[in-house]
Amino acid sequence: MQWKLLLPGVVLLAVIWLVSFVTNQPLKGVATEASAQPTADIDESIQKVNTFFTRRWASEGLQPAKKVDDLSVLRRIALALMGTVPSLEEIRAFEQDSGPDRLHRWTARFLHDRRYGEYFAERLARGFVGVEGGQFIVYRRDRFLSWLSEQLEANRPYSELVREMIAGNGLWTDEPEVNFVMAGYDDGEGFNQNKLAGRAVRAFLGQRIDCAQCHDHPFDHWKQNEFAGLAAHFGQLKLSPVGVREDRNLKFEVEDRNTLKQTVVEPAVPFGEKWEPPNGTPRERLAAWVTHPENRRLERAIVNRVWGLLFGRSWIEPVDDLPDPPGDEIAGPKVEGAKHPKAMKPGEQDLLDVLGADFREHGYDLRRLIEVIVASKPFLLESKSDIDDVQRLDRMKEHFAIFPLTRLRPEQIIGSLLQSSSLTTIDQNSHLISRFIKLTRSNDFVKEYGDLGENELEDRAGTILQALLRMNGNLVSETIDANPFTASGRISQMAPDDNQRLELCYLVCLTRRPTTEESAYFLPVLEETRPNRRGLVVEDLYWTLFNSPEFAWNH
Amino acid sequence: MSKSVSTNLAGPNSPLALRPSSLTRRNLLQAAFASGLSFALPGLELRAAEARGDDRQKSLIVIWLGGGASQLETWDPHPGKKIGGPTKSIKTTLPGLEIADLYPRVAEQIHELNVIRSLVSKEGDHERGTYLLKTGFRPDPTLIHPSLGAIASHELPDDKLEIPSHISLLGGQYSARGGFLGEIFDAFKIYDPSNGIRNLKARVDDDRQQKRLAGLDVVTKSFQAGRRVQVENTLHQLTVERALRMMTSEQLKAFEIDQEPQAIRDAYGDTQFGHGCLAARRLVETGVRAVEVTLMGWDTHANNFTGHATQAKELDPALAALIHDLKQRDLLASTLVLCVGEFGRTPKINGLEGRDHWPRGFSCLVGGGGLRSGVVIGETDTEPQTEQDANKSTAMPHDPIEVPDLFATILRQLGVEFDKEVLTPIGRPMKFSSGKPIERLVAST
Repeated sequence: MQWKLLLPGVVLLAVIWLVSFVTNQPLKGVATEASAQPTADIDESIQKVNTFFTRRWASEGLQPAKKVDDLSVLRRIALALMGTVPSLEEIRAFEQDSGPDRLHRWTARFLHDRRYGEYFAERLARGFVGVEGGQFIVYRRDRFLSWLSEQLEANRPYSELVREMIAGNGLWTDEPEVNFVMAGYDDGEGFNQNKLAGRAVRAFLGQRIDCAQCHDHPFDHWKQNEFAGLAAHFGQLKLSPVGVREDRNLKFEVEDRNTLKQTVVEPAVPFGEKWEPPNGTPRERLAAWVTHPENRRLERAIVNRVWGLLFGRSWIEPVDDLPDPPGDEIAGPKVEGAKHPKAMKPGEQDLLDVLGADFREHGYDLRRLIEVIVASKPFLLESKSDIDDVQRLDRMKEHFAIFPLTRLRPEQIIGSLLQSSSLTTIDQNSHLISRFIKLTRSNDFVKEYGDLGENELEDRAGTILQALLRMNGNLVSETIDANPFTASGRISQMAPDDNQRLELCYLVCLTRRPTTEESAYFLPVLEETRPNRRGLVVEDLYWTLFNSPEFAWNH
Repeated sequence: MSKSVSTNLAGPNSPLALRPSSLTRRNLLQAAFASGLSFALPGLELRAAEARGDDRQKSLIVIWLGGGASQLETWDPHPGKKIGGPTKSIKTTLPGLEIADLYPRVAEQIHELNVIRSLVSKEGDHERGTYLLKTGFRPDPTLIHPSLGAIASHELPDDKLEIPSHISLLGGQYSARGGFLGEIFDAFKIYDPSNGIRNLKARVDDDRQQKRLAGLDVVTKSFQAGRRVQVENTLHQLTVERALRMMTSEQLKAFEIDQEPQAIRDAYGDTQFGHGCLAARRLVETGVRAVEVTLMGWDTHANNFTGHATQAKELDPALAALIHDLKQRDLLASTLVLCVGEFGRTPKINGLEGRDHWPRGFSCLVGGGGLRSGVVIGETDTEPQTEQDANKSTAMPHDPIEVPDLFATILRQLGVEFDKEVLTPIGRPMKFSSGKPIERLVAST
């Protein structure tokens, strides 16, 4: 009889042994001090950005906010690059690190972490292929994501990635970059050349030419025939048993809306004709044109997007509707009322060009671009200020003289919630169960919290649904549950005293220590609690911290 | 877009700066607080919700046909003609008006509404068309216009309401937004009203909940130090307060459609959409200003006719029951109903028995809320000369109605000063509608 009682125990032990065996096998992708070398010689680049801002703030008569403390910067970097707050383990290691260039080294460390590849790939992919899953048989967004993630980990030059996405051939499962064109494939209608052209210009050149498909652009100078010429580059796309390829016999035809006649349109570009090589397939020629070093739109677009992903707000908004590069001779007729006065200061180089040129000159190195931006002055400013004047604050925000308060993306919220439920870092090496929860719960939570879709850099306020989900949702309730396996449980049991208990909760959830006022309020609450009810009080504290604006906003 | 680039485009001496209706998020907030968002509010004053007929504040129900319903298979059939396909028509309670025979029950109620068969727009893309038909404006990269429901909630506030005043049921990809009025006017989205709203119950007893909230005050306060304005702009506090107020509200009963007699539930149909329409009626009855109920599935590029027949099985009973029910309860005079999608579908039938996007000459139903009833506007070509003519963009319907005019009509009928200029957060003067009301639809008093 007794063996029957023992059986569940044996199974449990076996599972525990298996799990610990697997989790003790170090996986690749976890950065260590040694493997994560920061990029050398970026000081000059940082200086260029700093000079730009020093001048901009002076010319706008703005006094920038104060410099923020390092721990706050660490939180910003972790959220921007990995979609989570730093773990207690990381905070402790960071605070013990007294070497020079601490933030720079830690940026590099996060940039070499597998979590960066995965998280940042999803962010970039939203601009490249959108969020729709599409038709599974002919389009594999998941494969595209893991491809992009690997490219980010290998830190391949951005221009090469763009070329491969536009001109790639083969099966979407073997050559995942071709999912960029497969996203423009529809079962009934075949390739949608217009959609592809619009997407390519928007994603890679940061301009919206889509509406020129049906009519001339209402505000910009784009003409309908210019759009057709671009779309014609995708006119020889063909789906074959070996995947995407080019069929030289295909012609791209457009119906004239007045005469209803079909006319063949040859591939042509709306500007920079000399950048388009005469040889190669139409897509190869388009790829070469898009990534030509003189086509400043490429670098401006990605700089604006990366800036947006790091700050939560792009330099020019919306992120993919940029004005023509200042001083661009080939731009069309000037349109009345410049859309973005911020980017148009006479006699001054635009930030996108300062960073763009630097990015191009250093081999389209995305990792380096990120390192430069997070080490430059605007990223290191406080998100608070003594100034209370709304208009002045708005101008500071516009010129990044204060770090902007932006709503965390749902992925960042859930990443942070789950990380806060553990004292150690949840990454490739962590417990299978934590990783499983992270995978399975993330999607549901993101959906319920309100996925921001492609336009995730839009400035949005919170919603009632989100407040309800944070206050009463299942996941939050499970995460704060004080049991021996959660951070809240361990903190309530193992912290030596209430002071430390409080401090740990704050560090884990908010990446800071409590203020004097906060200690004055919460310490008595903790102290008057009997030890057996301590878990509940820590749960309440966790709930409170999770529901604070500080937790849900990047600051 | 940047919402708080402030009103500084209008200098202190600019006439714009003197306008009272500047819409920064902060002003909205102050207005919201002034209109009483404290916890100590009295419960719903029953009189307002119980008022009927002309005494009652106006509400809006939008029945959204997501994907673009075919005018030819709904309110503008052309049976026996080449463009008509196999769709037959039936007589209605309006003499001379025939609609598709898929809608026998709507045919009995249609005299309460008006039919426009000649809506025209230039937007043939789902996202752009949806934007136009929800806001009355074409998409503009520099700002987001508020949807009809958002404008109604903003302009006709009701501080007795404890649940959101702008609600979207079964919403699709592009739900109604607050745009430059602020996210607080976004439609509150409920995907399946029969399941109720999730996460409405506090997880702990009242004693602990109060402690948690008291702690939240302390933590929020320290975050606000040096960030007063910025934190206000996040609406964090406001959304938490509204969520708390909603959690304990009696008005949540409006969602409990199982409280309705079986006969009524049967009339609406035992479908998600039917439940949505029934919930819409209950919400409006409770005092909610604007409800949008979405029925997706109209994008019939292939098998248009079977697709529309399936859709009609949901739409016909639900829409007819809604009109009838509102009328029975004397709520129709105060509830404006609009049934529309982002565009219509091509007269030409494509190779897959489908119809494609068609923004030139499509139909909608609009009525109630004190509008006239039984008016039929516009006519589409019955027999284009050639197949090419049928899809020619120059083939305009007779008596074309522009979307903004429809919106001006609805807003004015709701009691909104639709041509008032307000300042957007970036200081751009905008009207709520750029159209002119369609006088034929307005009852002469």
